[in-house]
Parts: sequence; structure tokens; C-alpha cells
Amino acid sequence: MNTFHIGGVHPNDNKRYSAHQPIIECPLPQKAIVPLAQHIGAPAQPVVEKGQKVKVGDLLAKAGGFVSANVHSPVSGTVTKIDTTTDAWGMKMPAVFIDVEGDEWAEGIDRTPEIIRSCEIDPKEIIDRIAAAGVVGLGGACFPTQVKLLPPPGKKAEVLIVNGVECEPYLTCDHQLMLEHGEEIMIGIQLLMRALGIQRAIIGIEKNKPDAIAHMQELASRTLGVEVKALKMKYPQGGEKQLIDACIGRQVPSGALPIEVGAVVDNVATIYAVYEAVQKHKPLVSRVMTITGKSVQKPGNYMVRFGTPLSEVVELAGGVPEDTGKIIGGGPMMGRAMNNIDMPAHKRTSGLLFLPEAESRRIEPENCIRCGKCVSACPMGLEPYLLSKQAELQMWEDMEKHDVMDCIDCGCCLFTCPSHRPLLDYIRMGKGKVGGIIRARQAAAQKK
Amino acid sequence: MKNLIVAPAPHAHSGDSVRKNMLLVIVALLPAYLVSVLMFGWGALITALISIVACMGAEWLIAKFVLKEQPTIGDCSALLTGLLLAFNLPSNLPWWIVVIGAVVAIGVGKMSFGGLGQNPFNPALVGRVFLLISFPVQMTTWPRPLGFSGAYVDAETGATPLYYLKQVTKHSDLAAMEKLPQLWDAFIGMMGGSLGEVCALALLVGGLFLICARVITWHIPVSILATMAVFALLTTPEGVCPWNYTALTLLTGGAMLGAFFMATDYVTSPMVGWGKIIFGVGIGLIVMVIRTWGAYPEGMSFAILIMNATVPLLNKIRPKRFGEKKK
Repeated sequence: MNTFHIGGVHPNDNKRYSAHQPIIECPLPQKAIVPLAQHIGAPAQPVVEKGQKVKVGDLLAKAGGFVSANVHSPVSGTVTKIDTTTDAWGMKMPAVFIDVEGDEWAEGIDRTPEIIRSCEIDPKEIIDRIAAAGVVGLGGACFPTQVKLLPPPGKKAEVLIVNGVECEPYLTCDHQLMLEHGEEIMIGIQLLMRALGIQRAIIGIEKNKPDAIAHMQELASRTLGVEVKALKMKYPQGGEKQLIDACIGRQVPSGALPIEVGAVVDNVATIYAVYEAVQKHKPLVSRVMTITGKSVQKPGNYMVRFGTPLSEVVELAGGVPEDTGKIIGGGPMMGRAMNNIDMPAHKRTSGLLFLPEAESRRIEPENCIRCGKCVSACPMGLEPYLLSKQAELQMWEDMEKHDVMDCIDCGCCLFTCPSHRPLLDYIRMGKGKVGGIIRARQAAAQKK
Repeated sequence: MKNLIVAPAPHAHSGDSVRKNMLLVIVALLPAYLVSVLMFGWGALITALISIVACMGAEWLIAKFVLKEQPTIGDCSALLTGLLLAFNLPSNLPWWIVVIGAVVAIGVGKMSFGGLGQNPFNPALVGRVFLLISFPVQMTTWPRPLGFSGAYVDAETGATPLYYLKQVTKHSDLAAMEKLPQLWDAFIGMMGGSLGEVCALALLVGGLFLICARVITWHIPVSILATMAVFALLTTPEGVCPWNYTALTLLTGGAMLGAFFMATDYVTSPMVGWGKIIFGVGIGLIVMVIRTWGAYPEGMSFAILIMNATVPLLNKIRPKRFGEKKK
């Protein structure tokens, strides 16, 4: 069975809590807070004013650059202010505040459940509709999708790789989306293939989702050029570079983008958004979130409009469990621990995981015993023990020479370390420093 | 809402720990230890007990009163060092020599470098080699495997198979071949030798368990044993069956114990595949050079200690990076 070829770990997948829970529509909030930077790149520029009435799907803010994305109103109502809000990590972000009134949708959006199968649309038109709808990568990075569809000159896409791996433990939103909206995803794949001018797509799904594999395989058998690859369970298979390696056996070189090996990678949730954007003219205003954890009363998958306070979504799942010690935005491997759940849902919030107090604390680190397990686990072939020591000693140049910038933050090193050493914490710090040094060097070179 | 715990990702851990690894190695050593007790009787029990208590005691005392830090004997690494040291000693060694060995192993071999993970040389072997140099007679007088009928100290002693092998290779004394144990006896451990090294079968079982439990990888043991085998095949004295000679080379002395348990010590072995292989080949070569041409009949301890010194260099070998082009 296929998988990526370097490193990786096998965390307990813990998907049983929320797996196969049908997607439930979350009720609308009374007040929505819509952040303007829900994507990587420049924040969007607001085009609405205080007091203005908006409908669902109306443009709130325009993409602020080439790598940026439009933001649409997820609710209907009145804009009360354009201000900053604080996210769960204490960072300020610009946002549009809306008092919700009813649920009126902008004209031209097709809200019927009918599936539109015809893909006879001009490729450029497909890309334009995706860009207009503010579609970004919903797998976690939130990279504007249209940018990926416009390969730089000289590069040619050959294959679309569809990320249905969901290798993060606990999360099940992509799994459920494939089960409930597989057909729409398949149409989205055809649209993207058309936009890229390619004839081949591979859907990668880990074998812990046999029903999703069977369902997608069944749909793919009726679709030209699309195949499903069942992948061995291994984290971080959903990492872009790892998935390409697992699906087509090509490794993207250090510092390069997937297009270097002819691949474009998109997550299934993103592709569902592409379908809705192109076929239904529906901008990206909601996503599926997994609310889960051992003690959560009603763990499940919830369709949430952006701007809804996360606390309201949590209420739907039975509230914050009594024994909660840590709330994680995302999965346990790469998700971020939050200090509150007052912030609004947005394009990046893929799930909330409630860990009991007993599982929330790290174990005291011991001396490194040089077992080399971090080296074996690193999916990028790096030497985490060394990088972490170099960061401790502030040896930035040596870190750069040892390819610290290749680190993908997957956490395999820390996950596997028998001495519980904070390897990734140090490496992250080093990556920040080295990144700064590299940028300063490039800036200096440009001046000359 | 009450205060939440925040920390950077990942928020999950494999559950692995230093203690778990140490305990798994100890479990893997148990079959060989059981055989030793059956072969050498009280000597095996007493020597191991003294060695373990002395190692743990030395670590606790040094940590507490010399380094003035919280002792970490709970991680079981001192226990393992004690057991491994005992495995490398004759079972009839006087108790005070065992204690000296243990104190040197922990004090000089480990704690003087800063404790767990900091030592360049395998502590148990530091202790053993110190004793070998200081007490050459006691350290090379091995009891015959007599079971519980033998007393602890004054057991009947005899030469080890390696002594006879040396007679064959160095002095071309082919008659010595006759005095070597049969292959099967050597395999199950019916021969003289250090406490834990005699039963190749039990050590092999333990070693394979460690590989299956992913405590160690195959690289080091396989490269050591393969190098020794190839070397033995190529240098078999005339008139001796090369297969018999090679098999005895692998089954006698510290070959199995060294390859699976001593050389694979995390702290003192390289971390990356190719480094491990070079490390193992180096050990295999040195041990065979000592066995064939050196003054000592056995050279496993020396070979491992010498290669321990090369580990920082071998760790400079980089693992294959993701996306690295083949040159």
C-alpha cells in the first residue's frame, strides 16, 4: 500500500468520537464577527460601511493583493462597525461586525440541493469564479486557491492531487464531507482539472476511512482520469509534500512548490467549496467543523457560518466538558491551544478538540539519550535533536546549513521523543530567527 | 470558564519514555540471565545483584552529594548498566571487585560526563575494561557451567572456547579445535564465559525482541555479526572447516551480547542508518583483529569502546533529506 517514504509516526487516530456523525447545520448567531484575514497573504480591504445592510454572499472585503482572498458576508443584517477583534491567541485582527437579521441571500446564488453536473465552462471563467468566491485551502494553510491554479511561467501542472487523508487524529470533517458530498467533490475535481488543463487526478485517502474510499472509488469509476489511492495510515500523510510522495512517488525539492514536480494539491473541503463557487455561484461563507474529544457530550461535524462565535458551536455539541484542561483549534498534532472560545469561526477553523486535564500537560523533559528516534520520525529527513540543540545555543547559521527551513512543523519529533524534550519548540524558534536572517540577506542583496 | 492550559503543538505523545526503553532492554536480557542462573548457579545471582545495587547506589550518591541534583535512578538506566556490567563479568568474581567495577562504570563512565545521555563511552564496558586491566587474573578465570552444584567463589574453573580458538589461529595448534565445544553446546550456552554472554540462543531471542519492539534497529547487530562472519570465513586457518570456525566465532565470547546489547546502547552509538552500519563494521573488524592477531583472546569490549569514540564523527552523516536529488 502506498505511503510517503521518509519518517512519520503512528498516533492513535481517535476518530471514533465524531466519525460518521452527519453534518448538522449550526444556527445563526445574533452578532457575527467576520475577520478580514482568513487566509495567508494580505488582508482583504473592506468595501462596506458602518450602517450598511448586507445579505449572505455580499462582498464585505476585496482581496488585498495577488495572494489574498475576497471575504463575503456569511449572514444578512446591518454592519455595526469595522474594527479589530482579538483571536484566541491574543492577536488582533481586523473584522466586520454585523448584527444579524433573518437569513436573506444575495441574488444569483443557487441554494437548491440540485447537483449541477455540466462542466462546460471556460477554464478562465472557472478560475475567476473561484477567486471571486474567496475560496482558500481549507486543509489548514488557507492559501488562496486561485493562485495555485495559475502556475508560474515555465511550470506545467500534470496531476491534481486531492487531499482526503485527514491524518490529524480526532478530526472527521473531511471524512464526513466525502461521504455526504462525494458527488459534488467529484464535479469540483473535474472543474479543477479543466481549469488546469490536465487529464489526471488522484484522490489520496487513508485506509482508516474504508467507506470513504469505497464511495469515492465508486464515483471515480464513472469519471474519466480520476483514481482513488488508498494510503497506509501514517502521520503526516496529509502534509502537501508527503501526500505527493505517497500518491505519485515524486519528492518536491527543498524550498520548491508542488508545481515543481507537476502537482497541484487541494483538500476535499476546498474542492467542495470550488464546486459551490463555480456551479452554484455560492461564495465561501461556511465550513464543516469537527467538535470532538473524549468527554464531549455530542461530538460531531457541524456546518458553521463564518463569524459565529465558537462558543455557540460548542453549545450545540453539549458545551465545554467539565474535565477540560486544554482546548485545541484543529487536531492534536498541529492544532493550537486556545485560551478562550469567544473568537468567531472562520475559514481556518477546522475543528475544536477538548482534551481532559489529565492529557493536557506535557511531561517533564529528561536528558537526550541520543536514541535517534526523532531522526527516524522526521518526515523531512532532518535531525531534530541537533537543530533543537543548535537553537538552544543560538547557532543560527548552523541551523540554516542543516536545512531547518525544510521543517514543516508536523510535531513528529516531539511526539516520538522518549525524553519528552521540547524539540519542536526550539526548532520553531530557530526557524523564525533563520527565516528573518534569510529575508534580511535577500533584502540587502536587492539593494545592491 | 476556568483557566485553560496552553502550550505549543503537538498535544499528543507516543507514550514512549526513557524508563520504558530501559525496561524493555532489561526484559530482553532476562532469557539470557535465566540461562546464566541455571548454568552458574548462585554466582550469577549474587554477582548481578551486587552489580545492580552498586550501580544504582553509586548513581544516587554521586547525584545527591557530588552533583547536588535530583537523582534520576527512577529511569532505570543505572539498573540496566548494573545488569549489563554483571553480564560481562565472570560469575565467580569476588564481590568487592564487582563493586569497584560498578563504581567506575557509573562514576567515571557516566556521571563524570554529566549523567544520562552525556557519556561518550558505554559505562558498563568502561567498568569491565577497568577491571580487566586491574584484576587480570580474576577477570579471566571463568567457572565451568555446573549449575547450582558449584559454590559462588571457589567454583571449578576452566579456559573459555576463545582461548582454544586463539590457540588455533595464533599458534596453529589444530589439536585445540578438539577442545572447542560442539556447535549446539555453544549455541545453547554449555561453555565457560562471562555471566551473561554464554547462551547465544537466549541473547538472540532477546535481541530479536528488541528489534521487533523497535527499541533498536537491525543495523548495528547485523553489521557487526556479518563483518565478523566474513572476516572469519576469509581468515580460517588451513585444515579447519571454515563454516565450523565461523559459527564458533559468532557463538563464543561476547559476540552476541556485544552486537545486540552493548553496541546498541543509544547514548554511545550513532543515530542514522549509515552511521550505524559503519559503526558496526568497525566493531566487527576490530574485534576480529584482536581475536586473530592481538594479545587478548577476546576484543569485543575494546572494539565497542574504540568505536564509541567515533560516534560524534559518524553522527555527522546526514539522513537522506526529503526531496534530495541522488548524486
